[in-house]
Parts: sequence; structure tokens; C-alpha cells
Amino acid sequence: MSYQLSTSRDDASQGGWQYRLHIDAPLLLALAGVSALGLIVLYSAGGEDMELVQRQMLRLGIAFGTMFAVAQVSPGVLQRLTPWAFTIGILLLLAVLVGGTTSGGAQRWLDLYFVRFQPSEMMKLAVPMMVAWYLADVRLPPNRFQLLASGIMIAVPMLMIAKQPDLGTALLIASAGFFVLFLAGLYWRIMIFLIVLTGAAAPLIWHYMHDYQRQRVLTFLSPETDPLGTGYHIIQSKIAIGSGGLFGKGWLNGTQSQLDFLPERSTDFIFAVLAEEFGFIGILALFAFYVFIVVRGILIAIQAQDTYTRLLAGSLTMTFFVYVIVNTGMVTGILPVVGLPLPAISYGGTSIVTLMAGFGILMSIQTHRKLLPT
Amino acid sequence: MLRQLTLKDHLLEYHLFSNRAITLLVLCGLMLLALLGRLWYLQVIEHEHFTTLSEDNRVKLQPIAPNRGLIYDRNGILLADNLPSYRLEITPEQVDDMPSTLMELEEYIHIRETDRDRFDKLLGRKPQFEAIPLRFHLSDEEVARFSVNRHRFPGVEIKAGLARHYPQNQVAVHALGYVGRIDEQSLKRIDPSNYSGTTHIGKTGVEKTYEDALHGSVGVRQVETTAQGRVVRILKRTPPKPGQNLYLTLDSRLQAAAEKAFGDYSGSAIALDPKSGDVLALVSMPTYDPNPFVNGIDSDDYARLRDDPDEPLFNRALRGQYPPGSTVKPFMGLAGLEHGLTGVNSSTYCPGYYMLPGSTRKYRDWKRTGHGTVDLDTAITQSCDVFFYDLALSLGVGRMHDYLQHFGFGKRTGIDIVGELPGLLPSPAWKRKRRGEPWFPGETIITGIGQGFFLSTPLQLATATSVLANGGYWMMPTIIRAKQEAGQDALLPHRSQTAETLSINNPQNWDLVIHAMVDVVHSNRGTARSIGKDSPYRIAGKTGTAQVYGLKEEEKYDAEAIPEELRDHALFIAFAPVDDPQIAVAVIVEHGGGGGAVAAPIARRILDAYLLDKPV
Repeated sequence: MSYQLSTSRDDASQGGWQYRLHIDAPLLLALAGVSALGLIVLYSAGGEDMELVQRQMLRLGIAFGTMFAVAQVSPGVLQRLTPWAFTIGILLLLAVLVGGTTSGGAQRWLDLYFVRFQPSEMMKLAVPMMVAWYLADVRLPPNRFQLLASGIMIAVPMLMIAKQPDLGTALLIASAGFFVLFLAGLYWRIMIFLIVLTGAAAPLIWHYMHDYQRQRVLTFLSPETDPLGTGYHIIQSKIAIGSGGLFGKGWLNGTQSQLDFLPERSTDFIFAVLAEEFGFIGILALFAFYVFIVVRGILIAIQAQDTYTRLLAGSLTMTFFVYVIVNTGMVTGILPVVGLPLPAISYGGTSIVTLMAGFGILMSIQTHRKLLPT
Repeated sequence: MLRQLTLKDHLLEYHLFSNRAITLLVLCGLMLLALLGRLWYLQVIEHEHFTTLSEDNRVKLQPIAPNRGLIYDRNGILLADNLPSYRLEITPEQVDDMPSTLMELEEYIHIRETDRDRFDKLLGRKPQFEAIPLRFHLSDEEVARFSVNRHRFPGVEIKAGLARHYPQNQVAVHALGYVGRIDEQSLKRIDPSNYSGTTHIGKTGVEKTYEDALHGSVGVRQVETTAQGRVVRILKRTPPKPGQNLYLTLDSRLQAAAEKAFGDYSGSAIALDPKSGDVLALVSMPTYDPNPFVNGIDSDDYARLRDDPDEPLFNRALRGQYPPGSTVKPFMGLAGLEHGLTGVNSSTYCPGYYMLPGSTRKYRDWKRTGHGTVDLDTAITQSCDVFFYDLALSLGVGRMHDYLQHFGFGKRTGIDIVGELPGLLPSPAWKRKRRGEPWFPGETIITGIGQGFFLSTPLQLATATSVLANGGYWMMPTIIRAKQEAGQDALLPHRSQTAETLSINNPQNWDLVIHAMVDVVHSNRGTARSIGKDSPYRIAGKTGTAQVYGLKEEEKYDAEAIPEELRDHALFIAFAPVDDPQIAVAVIVEHGGGGGAVAAPIARRILDAYLLDKPV
């Protein structure tokens, strides 16, 4: 116990300004690094459109601003607000299902006259917060009743979002909730049971899937069966990555990207542009940033002082990793096409704001620790 | 105690959490390793494979059409040319309002309904950035009018290309043929890759026969394109190999004179150089202008040509099959002489008709009063039918058939223009096979004067006449004199083929027949004496009249009384000068009446035009 406290004191004494501003400098630098790399790739992927890059910079500015703002809120306040945020989130999801704006075949948006708001984004934070809040006061590992209660807290918003339909976000929310449970010491035997249950439910899930979702799974299983239709994305993206080789074709020189063969090249498939133009080396550089961010996040979680912040920090970090692995897995053809962006690299999306808000929470947890009087 | 328990729990939870967090980090690491393994596989192990695919994606091959070879006559006069042709193209993506643009364009450019239909069809099929042709063959006036107003039409452009043009218009169209747009039918007989950039192909005549030489080979441009096919830049260019120029054997001046000599008559004339087989003129009248066919003739105009009772589209020279009539008599005479059935001194009495032994059916002579006692010379000079009825019967159909075959009757001459028909030299075997009927002696008789089943094309008659003029030496008629590689001066001569020479038993027999043919023109009783009187050179000829309409036994032929389309065809074959034949001609004038009166003067004009070098 004394070891723990002394570590905290060391941190505090070493980074005084970080504590005052509630900023974690290593995390900030890594995030800024990824964002800068993202802008460079985006300039090429967007066909050297400076306006596009400027819009993305503005969006990143808002995201980083949100991160700073969230970081100022102490974890205690956050913890007290958690049930309210979750309840409001559920109500908003209900509102979306009843009277949301339809866009691209999915009902995800809530039109608030001045801004269009996606409640599912908010739930990406609210669900792990809620599960962590619930488990903070019980003896861990959770017993069956607590597990069931947590399961309901995860499943209700997840099913509501899946209904919109937004499979990607539903999966993210499920995984965020799951990571809280896992970190809280969920028994391995229950996890194995859950995995078997999911496998058994697969036909049922298939039954309730939309045609385009089924098509994506089929395409993932064998993209070559429909080379001009849904398989086209994956085939072209594999060509882009493979032809990039070890060192890449050079910035702005990717033929797959520059000549329009690669679809969605500034958004979901931007990873392929990076891989084509900067090669395996470029990917290693990007992954170095990502690995650093994840390791730093987990360290913050380990160092956190109570159960709530620990579980929340761990879950938020893992959610970030899920983004990375799902997107790159999709682009390289080892996972089905799920519309998740590559964090801080892909153009657009409100998800970057949510992600940065999550890092704001991490920074808050890291910088609001109670110091022992010396 | 209670507090300590809580603290202990916290410690336990901390360790539990740390274990789980480390587990997660390890799992993340494993997943990242799997991902990196995948990337290593794609980018390093399979790198070459994907590089190939990526190159295939971006590099496209675009064909460059070769320029078509030009066609000249034997004197180097241009018969088929490639002229700059202007077409109007519209790039849809640059046009804001297509309907109003098209409407405004019509103020300056005439747009036919067929143009619009083709344009609309392409508009739906081609990508937006690809220029679509709206009009071909703009007139100079249209080009000028549009150019002045060009600023009003963004996305509309005038493009120059080469289009086939026939400067002599209707002259020699049946020999030259024409090109037209490639259609389904012609697609079957070409190599699609070599024609990938080509829009036109030879449809008839020399343009079709020598398509391969005229076309050349396609060039290719390697371009980098976007996924939509838009060209970004040219990577490599292999120029096309232009087609060869052709020098025809035709003398276009002679050809024009011959066509003019026909006046309003329909018919055909062939002039050959007997020594070489060169086709000096190939006339089929009436003729037509091939130029409208190049870019798709208007359907009304085509219907007019197609439905014309004079059938201008019909190639009479190669495909018109006529009874040769009395023009076969010199060949028959030669057959009789060579088989020893007639001689200088043998003669036949002609009472004006002929009867088979044991039959009362009368085969008329054209001269009802008869020619009296005639020898071979008289029989040819005055064209006595009875003499040849008798000779045909003596020869028999077998020997007659075999001998006439040597002159090329009944089989294709092999001229290098597509579409030639073989005519018909009848035989008992043919009749049994085709008609399932036996051969009758009466048919032998009328075959002997070139009637009955006997059919010959004008080209065959001219070729047979050449063989006669050549003393039995057979040359395959040919329309090509030389080929020439584009951009080079050297001519590559084209040699005609020869068949075996006719075996001659007695050269005097030949002289006898030719002498008789000279008498046809130059003696005062010859059937073509009208053209012989003032001729500065000596002509050997033979008139012929082919019946279109069978007269009954007692009926009298009265040209004025029967409609023109039932009147006899007039024929004339000739070669000149007799001592050193330089030209052999065959002339057929459809429904012209008598050979001497109508066909011979046309032949004379052709001979004059060639031998005296003075246009008629």
C-alpha cells in the first residue's frame, strides 16, 4: 500500500503542471502524433484537397478541446453523474427510435434544430461508466446476480442501437461493457459459457441481420465471388496494401488511391492508403503510436485509485484498441467489413470527438488523484 | 477489523484488476502480431502479385487505328483517298443542360434523327467524361458557323479525323467497291484486336478483296487511367502500321470513257490487256456514287438505289449472267476446225432454218431468208446460225463443252474482286444433276449459238476473247498492278497467274477464225461493218444478240413492238490491233437490240479511247 502511494507522489511531484492543467503529457503527445500522421495521409487520400484537410483539422480541434474540457471534470463528479448520463442516454435512444432522422437507411440522428446529435455516440461512454459505477460498490469478482444486472445495462442500449441499425456502434458498446466486466474479474468459465452461447446464437443473429449486413459477412468469407460488387472494396484494398510493399510507393504516389481504385479511401479505408504509400515501415510507425497509447492507458488504469476509475480507464483504452483492430482487420481482409473508422486518421465522423472525450476521462483520472499529505 | 477487511478487499481487487489488465495487454499484443503477420504476408510475401494487379488496374491499352492505304489507277490517278473529316463531339460532364444545348446546336449544325438516336444510345452507355460523336462529316460551312459560336457551347468540340473519299465518285465503283462502318457480319471475318481502333471496313470490290493489305495493323497506346477509365497520362506509344497503297490495273480515263459510251443504256463492258490479264476497265451500268455509303447512307437514298429498276447496285460485270449468243461462234468455229469437222473449203447450205434429222421442228436462223451456201468465214462474218447448228450437232455436246471450257466458260475466272459468279456451260451431266432430266439433241444445237442454258458473265466473255487474241495463252484477269508500302516510293509488282496454254493442233485454224472476226468488222458484209469503215487500226470482233424472250416458231421479232425490258441484249466482243492485240473487250448492252448496231459502237469507243489515247 505504501508502495502504491509513493508512486503516486512521485508522479505528482514530477509533473506539477500536468496536474494543474489535468493533462497527461505522454498521452497528449502520442495522440497529437497520430493526428498529424493522419493529416498527412488524408492530404494524399483526399486528392490533395487542402480544404478537406482544414475541415479535418477543425474537427480534430473540437475533439482535442472536448478532451481538455472533460479532463477538468474530476472522476468523483463523473461518478456521481453516471446514472443520470446513462438514463438520459437511454431516453435519447428511445427518442431516436421514435422520431430520429433517417440518413443512409439508418435512424441514428436526433435533430436538435441547431445540431444533429447521435445519442449512440454518448452511449459509448455512458455504458462503460454505468457498469463501472454499478460494480464499484460491490465485492469483486461480481456474482451471478450482479453479472445479470450488468448484462442488462449493456444489452438494453446495445439492442436499441442495433435496431437503428448501427451494428458497428452496437458491437463497440457491447465490447466496452464487456471489458468492464472482464477487468472486474469475470470468471473465465462464465466467459467460455458466453462464447459458446454467442456461437449457438449465431443462426439467430443471422436471421435478424439486414441484407446488407449479411452481404458483408458473405463478402468477408469470400470476396472473390463478387469482384465488382461488394467484394470490390476488399480486393482493391488488398491490392493497395500488397503493392505498397516494404517501403511504399511514396507520398501522393499510390496508384490505387490516386486513381480512384480504392473506395472510401479518405474514410474507412484510409489505412490502405497509408499502407500503399508508406509501406510496412509506415504501418509500423502508426502502430508504434497506437501501442504507446494503449499501454499508457492501461498504466493509467492500473495506477487509478478506486474501482470505478480503474474499470472505466481500462475499458476506454480497450475500446480505442478495438477501433484500431477492427478497422485494420477489415481493411486487410481478416475481419468482415464493419464501418468503423481508423481513430484519428480517418476523415470525418463524430466518433473522434467521443474517443477524445474518453481520453479526457483518462487524463482526468490520472491527474485528479488524491495526494497523501507529505 | 472491518476497515482492515475492506482494505484487504481493495488490495485483492487491485491485484485482480492488474492481472486482468496485463492479460488484456498480452491479448492486444497477440492480435497486433497477427495483424502484422497479415500485413507482412500482403506487403512482403505477396508483394509482386499485388504489384501486378495494381499495374493491371492502372495501365490500359488503347488502340490507334492505322491509316487505310490509298488506291490509284494504273497511271497514278487517285481513286480512293483519305480526307480530313470533321465530326462534332459532346462531352456530357461538361454540359450543364443537354436538351437545350442540342436545341441551340441545331441552329448551326444539321442534326438528323438518326444522329440523335445514335447519340442518345451512346449517352446512356459511355462514361460522362468520354466525348460522344453527334455528327460526322460536317460541311466546311457548318464547321465555320460552329467555330464562330463555339464559346456558347462548353463541352462541344469539333474533332478532325480521316474519312474515305472517292474523288472519281461513280467511276469504277463496281471494281473499287467502298468501305462502310464495321457491322456484325464483317466482325466475323476479322481479327477483333487488329480492328479495335478501326471504324470502317471494305464492303465490296477491291476495298473488300484487299482489305488486309489496305487496313494495316493497329497501334497501341499504353495509358494510365483512373478507376472510371479517365486517361491520366500516356505511358508508351507503339505507332500503327499503315495499310499498303494499291495501284490498280484500271485506266480510269478509259473507264470513264467506257461508262460515258453507254449513255442511258444498262449493261457492262470489260476491257483486258490480253498479254497480262490486266483489267483496264470494268464497267457495270448504271453506276452509283459510293461516297454516301462510307458513313451510312440515308435510308431513303438507299431505298431509291435498291428499288431502281435499272439496278445500279447490281455488279453486272462480275455477277450478270447472260446468254453469250453469237459471240461464241468464233470459239465454236475453232472447236470445229481443231476437231477436223470443218475446213477452209467445207460449206453448209442455209435455208433460213435447221431441222434435226427425223424431226420437223424448225430451228430458225436470224435471217429468215437464209444465207445460202456458207463456209466458216461467211458463217462468222454474217453470223449464220444454221452453220453452227450443224457444227454443234457434229461436235456433240461433250466435245463442245470440253472445248469451250478451255476459254473459261462455266467457271470463275479467279479475278481478285469478290463476288464473281461462274456462269453456266451446260452439259448432260450438269442437266441430270441439277434438273434430273436427260439432255436433248435440240439443246446441243442452241448451245452452239450461245443460247439455251448457256450463260456467261461479261468478264468471262472478255477473258475468252483475250485467250483468242493471245493465241491460246490464258491469263487470269487481275485488278491489282502493284502494292506500295506507305511512305515509300518502291512499287511491289503483283503478278497475274496463268493457267496451261490451250493446245493448238494447227495454228492456221487460229488465223482462220481471227480472219473471220476481222471480216466481221472490216468486210462490207460483216455484222459490225459500221465500226470498221473509219478505223485506223484493225479490229477482230464478233457481234451477238441474246434472246431475253423466246419467239414462237412463226413469230417475227419486231423490236419496236415489244417492251424494252423484253428486247434482246446486244453483245460484242473484240480485240485490237489484230496484229499485236493490246486490248480485248466484251460489251453487253441490256435490251439494246442488235449487237452490231448498239454494242459494237460502244466497244469501238473503248478501243479508241485506249489505242488512240483520245477521250471520246
